[in-house]
Amino acid sequence: MQTAFSIAIDALAYGMALFIICIGLSLTMGLMRVVNLAHGAFAMIAGYIASYAVRDLGTNYGVAILLAMAGTIAVSIPLERFLYRRIYGAPQLTQVLMTIGITFCVIGITNYFFGPTLKTIPLPGFLSQPVDLGFRSVAAHRLFVMACGAVVALGLWFLIEKTAFGIRLRATVDNAPISEALGIRTQVVYAIAFAVAMGLAAFGGVVGAEFLPIEPYYALRYMVTFLVVVSVGGAGSIPGALIACLVLGAVDTTARYLMPEFGNFFFYAAVIAIVWVFPRGLLGRAH
Amino acid sequence: MQIEADTRSIPALPKHRGGAWRDVAGILLIAVAGAAGYFLFPDSLALLTRVTALAMLALSLDLVVGYCGVATLGQAALFGAGAYAAGIACVSGVTEPLSLLLIGAVAGAAAGLVMGGIMLRAHGLAQLVLSIAIVQLFHEAANKASSYTGGSDGLAGLTVGPLFGIFAFDLWGRTAYLLGVVILVAVFAALKFVVASPFGMMCRGIKEDPIRIRSMGAFVSPVLLKMFVISGAVAGTGGALAAISTQVVGLDSVSFELSANALVMLVLGGIGTLYGAIVGTIIFMAFEHVVSAINPFHWMTMVGALLIAVVIAAPRGLGGLVARLWTPSRHGERP
Repeated sequence: MQTAFSIAIDALAYGMALFIICIGLSLTMGLMRVVNLAHGAFAMIAGYIASYAVRDLGTNYGVAILLAMAGTIAVSIPLERFLYRRIYGAPQLTQVLMTIGITFCVIGITNYFFGPTLKTIPLPGFLSQPVDLGFRSVAAHRLFVMACGAVVALGLWFLIEKTAFGIRLRATVDNAPISEALGIRTQVVYAIAFAVAMGLAAFGGVVGAEFLPIEPYYALRYMVTFLVVVSVGGAGSIPGALIACLVLGAVDTTARYLMPEFGNFFFYAAVIAIVWVFPRGLLGRAH
Repeated sequence: MQIEADTRSIPALPKHRGGAWRDVAGILLIAVAGAAGYFLFPDSLALLTRVTALAMLALSLDLVVGYCGVATLGQAALFGAGAYAAGIACVSGVTEPLSLLLIGAVAGAAAGLVMGGIMLRAHGLAQLVLSIAIVQLFHEAANKASSYTGGSDGLAGLTVGPLFGIFAFDLWGRTAYLLGVVILVAVFAALKFVVASPFGMMCRGIKEDPIRIRSMGAFVSPVLLKMFVISGAVAGTGGALAAISTQVVGLDSVSFELSANALVMLVLGGIGTLYGAIVGTIIFMAFEHVVSAINPFHWMTMVGALLIAVVIAAPRGLGGLVARLWTPSRHGERP
């Protein structure tokens, strides 16, 4: 029972951390139709910035998260302007190649500046101690990650479904030329959506660093995980991404607890099974 | 998000009868380049042998990506299947090198059948993700079945018998290299036949417009599956060659990284020409040999920058770039 409970907590927290990182990728892939394999690279940049801020500049954890998000978005804007804008609507292979190239560059450059060691982001006191729930005590950080995931999910749903920007974004996605004719500046919409996605990647990268440690090959190691989660959920669908993250997080965590010697075997077996049954992902839209 | 046929990467169909002679000249050129490598770099034949093995991986990828339009990031699964099959056969007593290559080809073809069977169910992004999931699954399986594959230590202790009972595999890798070049030339010639055959034409047609091919009365999936099997046989041969020449099979031969690198090589050289696969492999390996000796992270930065540059400046690969510069009269012709 004790094991089942701790597996459940870890699985939920891990799934939420995955969700925060992946939802940005789901947006870029589903709404902007860009297979952005460099998504993890932006989460990695954020992790390095946060680690530098907390450990070398001695800032507060919250400030570090904001710094990391701001820094990552600042890096992503010129990349969007000069590189990504060329591959909107390009064949998939072109997008894959371009974004793998960006990933390699980011890995090479970050390691040139920060060195090839594993970076930790020290948690503040109130997050590193356990919280008593009455019947069990749970690490506060796990609860924090879950809360962040819930806030991100609700916030994004609100942004896309209820705000004027959301309407413009959905219009641009459905038919860019007509939207442009109606006076929506599609380039700006794309740029903002991209920045939001990168900000979420940065947020997830910092918050999820306990589960996915920040190390030199972070961008490459988890690239596949992120891509897989998004396509299982169905690109562009927030509930789909949430379900996929929770299911795959649960499969992965449970397998690691009970059968650690099998590594990622069950994770990928589950992925093949799901994609086999739902070729468009769990809640993917038909294009 | 459907796979659009990238019309820019479709090579011009052979319009005149000179095509066959050009192929013969190309094959001779590869053979001459192979022989030149033997005499120019007698000290790095091991590296050159690896180039021939990886060239076969890139060729097999070209069949799937360049001629069928199926984007895959899991080609190393087929390469690794060949490598492990040859390695396991060698450890359990089959030491004749040509039989080992055959075993590798058969194993690769079987893996290609499985992989194609799974991947062709999906389209677009899901297909790409399935290819990644398959190569990761192969990787975990090879890691787990350590009693057969040696797990993360790799499968070592391959003692390959002499070729034809005469030419032993020596310390300098002369036999391995010459075997590699001969096999590569033979495979290349065979593939030129395959892609020029009605079957190869059908694959190109499917790449450009699968719906039209289907409405013409042809079956799309079986044709692609056949190409997957051929591609698997080629990749498996490459894997077996790598296993024979290095006498060890590591987990890296069935990794996502190798798949991605193969794609980089192919794109560097140019998709859909078969020549591009070989040219790209040579350029990639040469750069890797020089730069990664200095600093592996500089190497990553450089490959990344190169990829971005190729996508922006030379979508047909360096081969396409050279061809464009070579024949300025066709420059104005926009695809």
